[in-house]
Amino acid sequence: MTHSTNVLVPQSPEEAVASFGDGAGITVVAGGTIVMPELSSGRLRPERALVLANAGLDGISAANGAVTIGATTPVLALVGATPEPLSTFAAYVGDYEIRSQATIGGNLCAPPGPESPRGDLQAPLLALGARIRSAGAGGERTEPVEDFLAGGEGRLVLAIEVDEPTSSGASAIGRPHAHNYTIMAVAAAAGADGVRVAVTGAGPRAQRLPSVEQALAGGADATAAAAKATDDVTPADDALASAWYRARMLPRLVEQALSQL
Amino acid sequence: MKLYVNGIEHDLETPPLESLLTALREELAITSPKAGCNQGGCGACTVIVDGEPRRSCLTPLAAIDGASVTTVEGLGADGALSPIQAAFFDHYATQCGFCVSGFMLAAHTLLEREPGAGRDRIIEGLAGHLCRCTGYVKIVEAVEAAARGDVDLSRDRDRESEFLTEGSQA
Repeated sequence: MTHSTNVLVPQSPEEAVASFGDGAGITVVAGGTIVMPELSSGRLRPERALVLANAGLDGISAANGAVTIGATTPVLALVGATPEPLSTFAAYVGDYEIRSQATIGGNLCAPPGPESPRGDLQAPLLALGARIRSAGAGGERTEPVEDFLAGGEGRLVLAIEVDEPTSSGASAIGRPHAHNYTIMAVAAAAGADGVRVAVTGAGPRAQRLPSVEQALAGGADATAAAAKATDDVTPADDALASAWYRARMLPRLVEQALSQL
Repeated sequence: MKLYVNGIEHDLETPPLESLLTALREELAITSPKAGCNQGGCGACTVIVDGEPRRSCLTPLAAIDGASVTTVEGLGADGALSPIQAAFFDHYATQCGFCVSGFMLAAHTLLEREPGAGRDRIIEGLAGHLCRCTGYVKIVEAVEAAARGDVDLSRDRDRESEFLTEGSQA
């Protein structure tokens, strides 16, 4: 079923960017944890596949207070080696084997699943004000993670840069099993420009909670600010949880995360 | 595409975007890695790739050209079970057997990473593996015994196995 797919296995970041080109008709395979079932089942039949395993896009480096994380760095490698709340969220993804195979770039680009949201790491990246370096049509660019997520598909992530926050918080609804996608989780981080708060699992993609952030900036305490969370999102109703449940849990999770700052 | 499977070199004809699981089962006829859910959620296809446990159903061949792969057949030496295999035998940790090769390979690498791992670390480390016979109690007991080094590798389990089979037929 994949016989007609042209499989490209770049051996350097430069070769990966050149092979990706403008991204037309190409499927990127990083860790493979999301895309391989699509390929094996025949639901996805790309003209070209870009396998990044040998492209040298992995690795974590720190300089001048900023941490740069290569796109194909495994989720497992983020645990204990990247700023909170990203590290805690990474430890909460899947199981050991999935964490060691899945990549941060793949998680960032994960489309909403057919049955539930996914892409748990989007929330801590939003809370940390991450900057995304990507290649594609128009060349390379670096942009805030909000703009990257709003831009949709069609870019090749090269690296993710985050700053060390002054304090952070993370809270999540417990999973019944390691393979369940997260029902809902909240990330918060305080930095020079105030507190950022983001939620994953409330809608198709993770999103910031500006009403909560503004309430905090205006002097509200954690409980009062957390009550604003439902002003910003209309919680999803799906196979994992009802919208009713999410709407009641969201302020609790926000309050928990804020209380850790 | 080239792989070293249990120490033997293979040149593969399976297309590069097919999974390692497909290559092992369909081309090399090594059927111990099971095609359970085919989406990474059951653990039955787990093999060791360059020392790390991997879901072979989620691993495209193109990503591991030249890698060393160990399946459960490669765990022990010729005629001798590995400690984790012996512990599974001693503790009756196998029922239907479908999940067992994945469990043993994951447990083997877990004890390489964390020798002497305790019960909580074992449960956390094996969290991605499902046993539809629900034999988790015996599986965890077996891995705990292997972690303690409480396995007698000098025992002749082949003979015991024959004896048990004869006994049950009598």
